[in-house]
Amino acid sequence: MREVVLPVIGTVAAWRREARALARAGVRPEAVVWSVGAETGDLFAGGPVAPAAEGRELRLPRAAIETIESALCHSDPERFARAYATVLRLTDGTVRWGDRSDPAIRRILHQAKAVRRDIHKMHAFVRFRELPSDRPRRAFAAWFEPEHPIVEAATPFFARRFGDMDWLIATPSVTARFIGGSLTFTETLDAAPPPEDATEDLWRTYYASIFNPARLMVRAMQSEMPKKYWKNLPEARLISELIREAPRRAAEMQAALPTEPPARRAQVAREMARRAEVVPVVGTLEEVKAQADRCTRCALHGPATQTVFGEGPQDAALMFVGEQAGDTEDLSGRPFVGPAGQVFETALQSAGVECRGVYVTNAVKHFKFVPRGKRRIHQRPDAGEVEACRWWLDLERRHVRPRLIVALGATACAALTGSGKDLLRRRGRIEAAGDGTPVLVTLHPAYILRLPDAAQRAAALAAFRADIALAAEAGGGGQPGGQFGHQDQHAQPADHQQHEGRRAAHDGA
Amino acid sequence: MPARTLSEKLAILSDAAKYDASCASSGGQRRDSRDGKGLGSSGGSGICHAYAPDGRCISLLKILMTNFCIYDCAYCVNRATSRVERARFSVEEVVKLTVEFYRRNYIEGLFLSSGIIRSPDDTMADMVRIARTLREQEGFRGYIHLKTIPDAAPELIDEAGRWADRLSINVEMPTEAGLNRLAPEKDAKGIRKAMAEVRLRREASREASYTGKRKARFAPAGQSTQVIVGADAADDHAILSQSTNLYANYGLSRVYYSAFSPIPDASKVLPLARPPLLREHRLYQADWLLRFYGFEVGEIASRGMLDLDVDPKLAWALENRAAFPVDVNRAAKEMLLRVPGFGTKTVQRLLAARRHRTLRYEDLAAMGAVMKHAKPFIVAAGWSPRGLTDAAALRARFAPPPEQLSLF
Repeated sequence: MREVVLPVIGTVAAWRREARALARAGVRPEAVVWSVGAETGDLFAGGPVAPAAEGRELRLPRAAIETIESALCHSDPERFARAYATVLRLTDGTVRWGDRSDPAIRRILHQAKAVRRDIHKMHAFVRFRELPSDRPRRAFAAWFEPEHPIVEAATPFFARRFGDMDWLIATPSVTARFIGGSLTFTETLDAAPPPEDATEDLWRTYYASIFNPARLMVRAMQSEMPKKYWKNLPEARLISELIREAPRRAAEMQAALPTEPPARRAQVAREMARRAEVVPVVGTLEEVKAQADRCTRCALHGPATQTVFGEGPQDAALMFVGEQAGDTEDLSGRPFVGPAGQVFETALQSAGVECRGVYVTNAVKHFKFVPRGKRRIHQRPDAGEVEACRWWLDLERRHVRPRLIVALGATACAALTGSGKDLLRRRGRIEAAGDGTPVLVTLHPAYILRLPDAAQRAAALAAFRADIALAAEAGGGGQPGGQFGHQDQHAQPADHQQHEGRRAAHDGA
Repeated sequence: MPARTLSEKLAILSDAAKYDASCASSGGQRRDSRDGKGLGSSGGSGICHAYAPDGRCISLLKILMTNFCIYDCAYCVNRATSRVERARFSVEEVVKLTVEFYRRNYIEGLFLSSGIIRSPDDTMADMVRIARTLREQEGFRGYIHLKTIPDAAPELIDEAGRWADRLSINVEMPTEAGLNRLAPEKDAKGIRKAMAEVRLRREASREASYTGKRKARFAPAGQSTQVIVGADAADDHAILSQSTNLYANYGLSRVYYSAFSPIPDASKVLPLARPPLLREHRLYQADWLLRFYGFEVGEIASRGMLDLDVDPKLAWALENRAAFPVDVNRAAKEMLLRVPGFGTKTVQRLLAARRHRTLRYEDLAAMGAVMKHAKPFIVAAGWSPRGLTDAAALRARFAPPPEQLSLF
């Protein structure tokens, strides 16, 4: 038998060295007796040496190394032998890492988990007390009793966290010191907790006040903060009294007479009700916008964030109407700011239209969607919703009085002309809205973005741009005072329907 | 009135803050102070430094800057008409408390909320000043969670997001009508707009500019919110629908549910009976099912209220027995996630292991499955539930035993 004695400090690194050497020498796991600190005087230590196996280099997956080294910080005396036997089997390929049906691997995974928990609890429950210091860095000390020998694995965390102070954490076996930025470990000689710190009174005040006596759940507390840690926690001495007093305090709260709501509440409630009332719409476009902000004409206002009202100068010659507010529009409260809005904007720019000179809005002012996890999937508004929202669109039209309206997509087309059917055939034509305002029908930029085929997309984009150019011509470039009716053949898509379109526009005007 | 001591203020203002359930300190930006120039670290998993006897963890110094408030929300202990004692911290006091508690390893950071004093902008400006002082003067690299005042100016929200790891705005009530009734000064639309604003800013801060340089991170640990359960008549379906909507709309990290709890000096507008704490627990379970298990609100809360006797996943399985038993060696991941007693980790391990071999009944417990719950709903090598899946008495195996009502 071979006896391997590992040091108290640097145990894991020493085990790794020894295990490599033993494996290379072909020593069988059952032929090694492992211990920490001092020789155990194992009865079999002097026994006959088992015959050596074939020597080999250890080869392990990275995840296995990390977990096995965590498990080596467990207090189980068998851990070294189990780990050595397991790394040999893993190297030989007789067991797969992570196979929970293997008892040794399951044990290692369990112990690694217990060690991780102990480390986590040490990070949570160490309580520093300030010590007098004559150096510029403040000095703190703590006494902690972990369940497993984890000091070396757990304390680098404190070095990262408390980098600007000197500290010491003493445990029954090992003491960690962080002085002037370097972390060292020694065996503990003096097992005495540091003297009390005045801040602990403030901490106890906080602990007692943050506790809600109306919801006493002692078991939940103890499963996360087991009693074994209590003796080194300054707040733990309050626990028994807080528990004892809780039912009485809760009963007192329950029994106390409720306060009458003040008269002011009724007044504010009336005020709110008045604000919510739908006032018959009169006034400027700004006032209409403010009223639309509280619109509840259809059910879409519930899930959405806000009403996305139109934007642009009130004397714009061109008005663009899209389908509905999208995801980005709903969040920002502005129309045409999402991906489709960018397509639209580039098309406007290439047609030489000043974006700020046109009025842009949507047929439906709220975003309709279904939630999917952290995303929202766009839904097409139905006829009822379009109809409900036409109220606002009509008001916008009445205030802006554009020379030409461009309907982007079927929904806008339906809201303006009464029918959204047959869009691909109708696009590029100028039709008339109910009151006779000319309406140029075109595609919605989002439709172009959704086309899967690149060639189709390019064609649709070209047609869309041509339509925008036509609108720019017809509307006088979006500038107030431009001439309507000056279309040149070259600015229009080569489309045999153009003549009809122009006639419709003239009729409308 | 003699000036209050720091300890008295701390008692009043932490007592006033305890109804905020949020305690998370995880996620966000990785920072540490190994360079010796600052204090603290954050990122990675959060740490609960203590637990109060109410079973809630204490991870952050959770305080109000002041509990003076011009609003009059019926459910709130700090409402304008409540007769609680009032106090106010100065900026320096909050900074000192945070740093001293942090140095002694009592906390992960600061969770600062406040009553509304003077105006929303003034209040928010003071809170931002506290966060800025901590970061700039004290070199504090721990976690900061700021409660945002919905009506505050956008510049203030912007600055708050630069100093804080997490921002939150409480929606308070499951429905707009409930909010209008109980918190007349608050505006549901305004709250949603503020959350939309935070989401847009977060997304903008994550996009690299065209020079490739990253902008300053905005609220790296995301935003969260809290809903009070049981103060109005909204059922669980309404509450969970709202949560689904909030997760999708604003990319929230968490929605917290807070069972309305009796407060000192309660308002008469509130219901007399408090909701069972179990209801809050069931809502959290359902929330997890919605986010990580692929369930829809309509499936788990089809009856309006969640079942208090059994957890929502088990309740769904009991109602949909036609979908069971599930063969653990063949079933798709989506179906495995619906088996009671299987968590996401168990399912991961199951999927990894069954690539190598056939799973036996005994293996499942080793993989973390709760077999008492899973047994009637699965088939594995060496196990078939036979008639158990459809047994009329199956529910009784899980539900608490019936109790004789008092006859007197």
